[in-house]
Amino acid sequence: MRTDSVVLTAAFGYLALLFVIAAWGDRRAEQGRSVIGSPTVYALSIAVYCTAWTFYGSVGRAAEFGPSFLLIYLGPTLAMLLAPLLIRKMVRIASTQRITSIADFISARYGKSSSLGALVALIALIGVTPYIALQLKAITLSHAVLVNYPATAEFRLADESFWSDKSFWVALVLAVFIILFGTRHLDASERHEGMVAAIAFESLIKLVAFLTVGVFVVFVLFNGPADLFRQVAERPELAGALSLDAVPGGAVGWVGTLLLAFLAFLTLPRQFQVLVVENVDERHLKRASWLFPLYLVAINLFVIPIAMAGLLLAGDGDPDSFVLTLPLAAGLEGIPLLVFIGGLSAATGMVIVETIALSTMVSNQLMMPLLLRSRRLHLSSQGELARWLLGIRRVAIVLILLLGYLYHALIGDSYSLVTIGLVSFVGVTQFAPAMLIGMYWRGATRVAATLGLLAGFATWCYTLLVPGFAQSGWIDASFLSEGPLGLGWLRPYALFGLEGFDIYSHALLWSLMANLGLLVGVSLFTRQSPVEQTQAALFTEAMNPGLQHTSLWRGQTTWGELQSLLNRYLGTLTTSRILADRRDAPTDGDPAPPALIARAEQALSGALGSASARVLINSVVRGEALDREAILSILDTTSQTLEYNRRLEQKSEELARIGEELRAANERLRELDRLKDEFVAMVSHELRTPLTSIRAFAEILRDSRDLPEEKRVHFLDVVVLESQRLSRLIEEILDLARLESGRLTLNPQRLDLVALTRQSVDAVHRLQEDRGVALEVDIPLDEAPVIGDPDRLEQVVINLLDNAGKFADDEAPCVRLHLARHKEGYRLSVEDNGPGIAADERERVFEKFHQIKRHGGSGKATGRPRGSGLGLPISRGIVAHLGGRLWVEEAPFLKGACLVMELPRAPDVV
Amino acid sequence: MAKVLVVDDEPNIVLSLEFLMQQAGFDVETAEDGETALAQVEAAPPDLILLDISLPGISGFDVLEQLRQHPRYARLPIVMLTAHGREVEREKGLALGADDYVTKPFSTQALVEKVKSLLVEDA
Repeated sequence: MRTDSVVLTAAFGYLALLFVIAAWGDRRAEQGRSVIGSPTVYALSIAVYCTAWTFYGSVGRAAEFGPSFLLIYLGPTLAMLLAPLLIRKMVRIASTQRITSIADFISARYGKSSSLGALVALIALIGVTPYIALQLKAITLSHAVLVNYPATAEFRLADESFWSDKSFWVALVLAVFIILFGTRHLDASERHEGMVAAIAFESLIKLVAFLTVGVFVVFVLFNGPADLFRQVAERPELAGALSLDAVPGGAVGWVGTLLLAFLAFLTLPRQFQVLVVENVDERHLKRASWLFPLYLVAINLFVIPIAMAGLLLAGDGDPDSFVLTLPLAAGLEGIPLLVFIGGLSAATGMVIVETIALSTMVSNQLMMPLLLRSRRLHLSSQGELARWLLGIRRVAIVLILLLGYLYHALIGDSYSLVTIGLVSFVGVTQFAPAMLIGMYWRGATRVAATLGLLAGFATWCYTLLVPGFAQSGWIDASFLSEGPLGLGWLRPYALFGLEGFDIYSHALLWSLMANLGLLVGVSLFTRQSPVEQTQAALFTEAMNPGLQHTSLWRGQTTWGELQSLLNRYLGTLTTSRILADRRDAPTDGDPAPPALIARAEQALSGALGSASARVLINSVVRGEALDREAILSILDTTSQTLEYNRRLEQKSEELARIGEELRAANERLRELDRLKDEFVAMVSHELRTPLTSIRAFAEILRDSRDLPEEKRVHFLDVVVLESQRLSRLIEEILDLARLESGRLTLNPQRLDLVALTRQSVDAVHRLQEDRGVALEVDIPLDEAPVIGDPDRLEQVVINLLDNAGKFADDEAPCVRLHLARHKEGYRLSVEDNGPGIAADERERVFEKFHQIKRHGGSGKATGRPRGSGLGLPISRGIVAHLGGRLWVEEAPFLKGACLVMELPRAPDVV
Repeated sequence: MAKVLVVDDEPNIVLSLEFLMQQAGFDVETAEDGETALAQVEAAPPDLILLDISLPGISGFDVLEQLRQHPRYARLPIVMLTAHGREVEREKGLALGADDYVTKPFSTQALVEKVKSLLVEDA
């Protein structure tokens, strides 16, 4: 039953079944009854992650390194747990931007850069080739084991010519198969519903196959897990090999492998294809985020038991083949065939999706930009370029598989399955920085992403790919042990002397460090082009609801131009579907609405990748196709709203403050207005008083002709006196007005305050004496040079003496003047023996028209003239103008009021 | 002979009013502040008061108010004299029960006429 023909028939039969499923899926999709509209199918298709490497290699790795293989599945589990945050955003971006592959994704993010897209495609091609090789190896190896058992499965690839090498034929058969159902048509969305359905089916098959072997091994070969573990415990060397300590690289190895698997799950082209590109509904992520990890648990459930059993029963066999050899050793026929089919499904599933993803990249990112650049082709191809594209993809598929075969043939024997897989993993993780950081940091630039990718890729080549060739004997092995040219610090497995890591963590560390460092570092010093800015914003703000349903186009083109463009690249059928519009039969000359241009670019993106689509759309659209301002304004809406609110808050605070200030200012103005009114009223009152006397006596003199001479003279004297008082008052009011408006003209000069004071004393002395005021003068100085206006200063001193005389005691009025040096100036104080001024009144005496009430007044006129209430305010103003001060304090000697004037000393004359 | 009380703190105005009233044939008493005026009214009630508003101590309004509260002086003719020409003060004075309100500077003839007419009315 294990003859070549039976095995081949089973294999081809299985592939045929897959094809039928795929065709059925596509048919259903065309009929609009999609079979993949289910989250379960989506979750199963993600299980394309479990390749032949999982199927055969996990047991091999478990036998060799203990449970460390689990990390390869913990990484994706972690990623799926983060799906609502991370993958959902990727899916959202991919669907709005019509992303066709990870190369397209990165290219689109960095300004639809075709060079960056080509770089990613190239790296993906090189990075994934070992992985494809691994699948080919697995298929041929399992086939050989199955057919030749119990003879050893070892065969030397190098011994055979490629046409007798089964791997070569496997590769070719797969190529044909993939061409058949991967490139049947060029869809605007670049979705392969049939393929997804087939992949989901394959995931079921490999799970069933693996679980079958597991159950068989644990419950048939052994009496359940307890029996198995007991037997292992009896073999200490096995128990040790399966413990946690067996993980290569220790703790760093754990973290490194976990990170590696996490990132690779997102960046492997086939994972990106099923996870992001083939996703038909964001909501499917919800179920997938727990169903897929559950699938991983199920498929790994029996890995350790099978590894243990293999080590117990077939200790010297190849651990990668335990899954097959254990049932074979038991003499079974059916289960080994099922296992072979399971392994085949794991391998083909991976190869199919990977190759389709890669061929899309090759055609869209590598070939299309070249074709578009060649004007001759662009202009001459009036027919369908779609056929060209499909042709390119078909050739690419064949080439990719042959490349995989080549790698397999050259170095496939030197590495175990897991090792080859991990090399690929590290290769594709180089996309992670550009992709993930680009999704969250708007500042990442194209130049930086390109440099980072190049550096990471170079490091990967140096630390993993090249050493692989060295281990296979293609390069001198001393390259590994002593470094190139004997430079020890350049040893690929211990770069810069970093030792003690497993080779993958080592490579991951250096490559990601170089990649990330350049991406972030260079981004800080480079600028983005306008398209880059727009795209960066669209990616980072992908979850911003403002971006939905908005027309972001403002270029102009006609219906006809757009139609011929789409016809050329997508064919007439797709074109008419895209251009289907409610309007009846638009003529070719009609302008195409912006939404239609957007739809056309999306359709072209879906088929050709964003960079090429942009070039094409720009070729027919006049003006800036993309309305950059519109996009940026939408993106900024959210932040603007926040900013607006913040500003509004600030404004209202400011308004409240301004309102408060205005209120205070208004209050002050009102107060000033009130004071002005009061002042005017007081002025009028003060002026009316002498005027009243003047008028009254003038009328009396006019009307009373027979007045005695003595009375007549008296009344005339009153008129004269009151007139003088009126003039004085007017003079004072004008002084005050000038002082307050700053228009008082002083005539400052150097003068001797002692002489001036004595002069003033002389002026008032007679008057004071007449009133019986005792004036005491104490000036212990010869000279007191100050700067001042002599007339004004005399006015002040006389006013002070006058006031003191007025408020001195009624019975024995006494005034004392004292002038002395004080600090840097002179102090002149005038005190009286009157009732004094209460502390709270002391400042008020300087208010205009403030009349000091005489306490204990006798009620009869004292004969002393009343003041106008302007003398002190004017005096204070004058003194202040001369740089001095005037204030009231407790009289030190006479216990009445004491007015003190302080003036600065004049500078010495040189 | 009717007696007029002149209340003002401006000696020259008191002098002129005293002369005018005497010339018109009235007895004149003077006071230079409100407290004194009230005391004098109490001691020897006049037939008419010429009352200045701005006085040291209590104001002319206070004096007016206190007198009007007293039934005995409710009808005593009082002429307010003021150097404040403001309408509100005039109204306040009249509201408080002043018989007339004369703004300084005043016409001597008019004032004398006014006093005479008030005294005649009163009589």
